[in-house]
Amino acid sequence: MLATSHAFKANAHDALHDRVLQRALLNLKSGFQDKRAQTVARLPEWEALRERGREIKNHTLAHLDFYLEAYAAKVEAQGGVVHWARTGADMRDIVLEICRSVGARTVTKGKSMIAEEVALNEFLEEKGIAPIETDLGEYIIQLRHEPPSHIIAPAVHLTKEQVADSFREHHTMLDAARSLVEPRELLDEARAELREKFLAADVGITGANFLVAETGSSIIVTNEGNGDLTQLLPRIHIVLASLEKIVPTLEDATSILRLLARSATGQEFSAYTTISTGPKRPGDRDGPEQYHVVLLDNGRSNMVGTEFQDMLRCIRCGACMNHCPVYSAVGGHAYGWVYPGPMGAVLTPTLVGIEEAGHLPNASTFCGRCEAVCPMKIPLPKMMRHWRERQFERHLTPNAARYGLAVWGFFARRPALYHLAARAGAWLLGTLGRRRGRFASLPLASGWTNTRDMPAPQGATFHALWAARRRAPGR
Amino acid sequence: MAPIEKTAPRHRVALFVTCLVDLYRPSIGFAAVKLLEDAGCQVEVPSGQTCCGQPAYNSGAKGLTKEIARQVIESFRGYDYVVVPSGSCGGMIRAHYPELFADDPDWLPRAQALAARTYELVSFLHDVLGVTELEARWSGGPITYHDSCSGLRELGVRDQPRALLRSIGATITELPSSEVCCGFGGTFCVKYPEISDRMVGDKVANIEQTGAALLLAGDLGCLLNMAGKLKRQGSRTQARHVAELLAGELGAPAIGESALRESGS
Repeated sequence: MLATSHAFKANAHDALHDRVLQRALLNLKSGFQDKRAQTVARLPEWEALRERGREIKNHTLAHLDFYLEAYAAKVEAQGGVVHWARTGADMRDIVLEICRSVGARTVTKGKSMIAEEVALNEFLEEKGIAPIETDLGEYIIQLRHEPPSHIIAPAVHLTKEQVADSFREHHTMLDAARSLVEPRELLDEARAELREKFLAADVGITGANFLVAETGSSIIVTNEGNGDLTQLLPRIHIVLASLEKIVPTLEDATSILRLLARSATGQEFSAYTTISTGPKRPGDRDGPEQYHVVLLDNGRSNMVGTEFQDMLRCIRCGACMNHCPVYSAVGGHAYGWVYPGPMGAVLTPTLVGIEEAGHLPNASTFCGRCEAVCPMKIPLPKMMRHWRERQFERHLTPNAARYGLAVWGFFARRPALYHLAARAGAWLLGTLGRRRGRFASLPLASGWTNTRDMPAPQGATFHALWAARRRAPGR
Repeated sequence: MAPIEKTAPRHRVALFVTCLVDLYRPSIGFAAVKLLEDAGCQVEVPSGQTCCGQPAYNSGAKGLTKEIARQVIESFRGYDYVVVPSGSCGGMIRAHYPELFADDPDWLPRAQALAARTYELVSFLHDVLGVTELEARWSGGPITYHDSCSGLRELGVRDQPRALLRSIGATITELPSSEVCCGFGGTFCVKYPEISDRMVGDKVANIEQTGAALLLAGDLGCLLNMAGKLKRQGSRTQARHVAELLAGELGAPAIGESALRESGS
């Protein structure tokens, strides 16, 4: 996917004026925020569990090489194959090679953000292999040729009317007069369409929510059961995962599973939690003949040991974006790449470069709600600030901001001079604004005054008045 | 805990005025002084202060931020407490100064010492001084309260202002989504004005929904933003800093209103 993160401001402008999008985004509060709050309130050990999740991931990241090697050895011992992909291109080539080895024409796909990150669908299509998304949200946006706008709810930017329109456009064999009003009707239609595709697919590709070093297993969670059909029915199962999905033990995975669904959808547990351990064994009634795991680095190992390491604790629940006032205002597409919201504001610059994604860590008020709801206690605002520091060091901060800061800094470091300048400013603005008490327009502040008034200062500074009070008799 | 006896040794409290209160609304600073003095504190205002450094810190200018932070640490040495009428600036000193000097063995202990003595005004009155009653009385109709982000999430300021407001007779109509950011965000409102405006638009719609005649908050930045939007929309809802009401210092016109007329509406 070609990044448009550099155009964040223009993207955001369009999003703010897109009335259908704005209607769809209204669902975030009732659909995600309220449900999460209710489930979390029912779990007394929530804070202890968050701390446990943080510890598990911190421990794993401190011994990442050890656990990855242990995991790979376990997978291979059980008849699976582990492939190491340094870059997205490596991952695409590995997947293509596996598909071609069995002459695959169609592959079914469970939901995978890693597949989005490496733009796998476009690549497979170019090579003559048809990828079929089986997660309902992913299926919808694949029909519409759109990227996901959310990491767990890829079609959250759409209304159900838009989905019905897309289904009528693509499912032309069905009765044109059928009802597609209720979400259930949309779901049933997609399910019927997908059923044959599941049976016909040569290869099934899924992501992974966890890789377990102890058992060599991969774990996925879904609410539709599509992941199970994707990985059980075809002859070949390919798991796509990034390095940081590894956890030491099954018990660790289940601890974090308790955090995941609650944070994501407000469920205590997802409808399906599926553990895959290797290919079909002699005597097994079903399962794939081949089991491949493709492990993606794509710059993540470079984050280890840096101020961005904590980001590798992320379990992709989406709580940060569900609670972000900026995401709620502009939606996910405005961020211009695969990962939106606060987690994307930290991760995207790592993956596509801060030159491309410079807006993302800046488009935050540092309100801190993302960190407050993050099940893995990732200090997201702090890491966005780290990106701003890197931008400043590398002179990527806009010149106007740099000069403004330099002038302000000159005064802020000289208190006596600062107080004189503040007095002059307060007097000037206080005098000019005295009649109305506010300004409807101000030079250099049009961004503010275009849509809101600027209250006028009272006219004298506190420090001037305080000095006068101290000089006054009787004190 | 009872209010501090006037005969007890008085706390020497340094007021960190904040650059916005200094420039825009000194009446908040004087309300803070009154509240602290009424609670038995000896209030001083170190003249070496300008700003806490947040504009530089949040712009990524770490070097400049450190210079300003060292200046603050120096100026506020030797007081029993440092009190700030802002959760945002209070959070900067309490939560971020120690982070800023994490790798500096000379300044880290000094930053930590200052952080440990620094409090947001209302939580200082309530939690440290144990103030439960105030002289002021409010009978001006229902008010509503916005929880500014840094105060709420970095310093845990939420129940204290509500408790003190109730003690002066105020009825609080809770603001829907009071914990959601108003869209000010320091330089954010200048860098991304359209998104900022959308956020403050949502906030103001919630404020209007309460029907309260007066909006209170503990941070002047948020208040300038919300009052500016309320005024632009022709709302009659007034905006003030919570300290003004708690101190009973209501002589100054509400934020964004004229000194020459009673009401800006």
